[in-house]
Amino acid sequence: MANVLVWVEHDGSAVKDATLAAVTAAAQLGDVTALVVGAGVDGVAAAAAQIEGVSKVLKADDASLANALAENVAPLVAGLMAGYDAFVAAATTTAKNVAPRVAALLDVAQVSEILSVEGPKTFTRPIYAGNAIATVESTDAKLVVTVRGTAFAKANATGGSAAVETVGGAADSGLSTFVGSEIAKSERPELTSAKIIVSGGRALKDAATFEATITPLADKLGAGIGASRAAVDAGYVPNDYQVGQTGKIVAPEVYIAVGISGAIQHLAGMKDSKTIIAINKDEDAPIFQVADIGLVGDLFNIVPELVGKL
Amino acid sequence: MKALVTVKRVIDYNVKPRVKADGTGVDLANVKMSMNPFDEIAVEEAIRLKEKGVVTEIVAVSVGPAKAQETLRTALAMGADRAILVQTDDEVEPLAVAKIVKAIADEEQPGLIITGKQAIDDDSNQVGQMVAALLGRPQGTFANEISVEGDSVVVKREIDGGLETVKLALPAVVTTDLRLNEPRYASLPNIMKAKSKPLATKAPADYGVDTTARLKTLKVSEPPVRSAGIKVADVDALVAKLKELGVA
Repeated sequence: MANVLVWVEHDGSAVKDATLAAVTAAAQLGDVTALVVGAGVDGVAAAAAQIEGVSKVLKADDASLANALAENVAPLVAGLMAGYDAFVAAATTTAKNVAPRVAALLDVAQVSEILSVEGPKTFTRPIYAGNAIATVESTDAKLVVTVRGTAFAKANATGGSAAVETVGGAADSGLSTFVGSEIAKSERPELTSAKIIVSGGRALKDAATFEATITPLADKLGAGIGASRAAVDAGYVPNDYQVGQTGKIVAPEVYIAVGISGAIQHLAGMKDSKTIIAINKDEDAPIFQVADIGLVGDLFNIVPELVGKL
Repeated sequence: MKALVTVKRVIDYNVKPRVKADGTGVDLANVKMSMNPFDEIAVEEAIRLKEKGVVTEIVAVSVGPAKAQETLRTALAMGADRAILVQTDDEVEPLAVAKIVKAIADEEQPGLIITGKQAIDDDSNQVGQMVAALLGRPQGTFANEISVEGDSVVVKREIDGGLETVKLALPAVVTTDLRLNEPRYASLPNIMKAKSKPLATKAPADYGVDTTARLKTLKVSEPPVRSAGIKVADVDALVAKLKELGVA
């Protein structure tokens, strides 16, 4: 059976949900070892050990690994791959940064954002922003794979009891330094793990109107807030709200698109949602072609009325 | 400092790709092709750095068919100084592209290599990171802001949940995200001028790179189709539906 090394995405204390989907995908390839990389990550390693389906945890703990700088992390992972057949990571921005660097060091192709595992080295993946699905088979000796989190069920975060083993070999490349980060603090669910998402488009007019219209509905539903690229480009909300080909790919239980026409690039980011609800004044808007439930009308009347009746 | 930018000829951003009936790929016959949008941003950023006096020369590189010349001419019309087309009719995977770019970088010795974060055809998001790995140089992926400070470049990066800033020792590789800049349109005089700028044509073999595919594409198919559902008449009907879904 293949030995699979799975990247554990974390914030220094907790394992990110996307990792659980990667574990599910990895388990379809072979025996799963979870790799926790960081500085002061005993807690993360202990949490990773409890993920169902993880048989071993490797912990690389070093100051040089603190912010997952690709220059320091990739050689470490590439070195560990001597004992593994596949490296699997959820396609987060961290993994998208690190995994291709690992693949190049191993001289193998990377299979990006897989949707399914079809065989020991065969996968489906979206191309052309999800407008086509390619089935690809790797001919390389080792696999480097990133996983689209929304395409796989999440492994149980508890129930496992893997042993944690410490690995060394970390070193500072001296090529890059972490300066700082600006992480938006919010009580809301993260877009990629939210069960309900309310998204707004250009029709929301401006930042204040977006906030005044979308936020009460999201509050009422306990939903995450997203936006179309048009709304982001117009400056209504920050870029990390963006759902679409060039933003986040989401697949919540319920996706409510408010004043979003449904450009190809937006649909690419949300069309795998379980139920799509569209509110738009243009009954011919493309969003209605993918919506399960549509309501044609002026969002500035509909949304407040909806908030009042929920 | 020299800047190397990579550009790819891809299906135009506004065209809806159609899967070929025989499942071998996407039909590109008679389809409008353009420069990959993220690569336009890369070219624009190099030009802005040149306008600031940080960059002295911009070399645009493309790996692709003869027609990728048009894409390179666009880069030249925007403001790149010269171009290199590594011509091949094969589909070249990111790893092989990265090896070619690495070989060109060894010859050209650029201080900055700027690539789009991904191409909108294969959506791989790999080349920049792989070039950095092969060169043993740092990478600033998904850049939102770039500033060259002495012998390093400070890159603000788009990450899940916000932004992160890293400082990289030059030479470095930067990949562009959408908000880095808004690419200019080439003016007609500049389009004319671009025709006389140097464009060298090479082959992958000139750089000793084997472009044999590592991934076999077994099939390309349409994504599952989502059919239109129902339209409800008013907010009350919508509330009822939301209750059925258990979200209200």
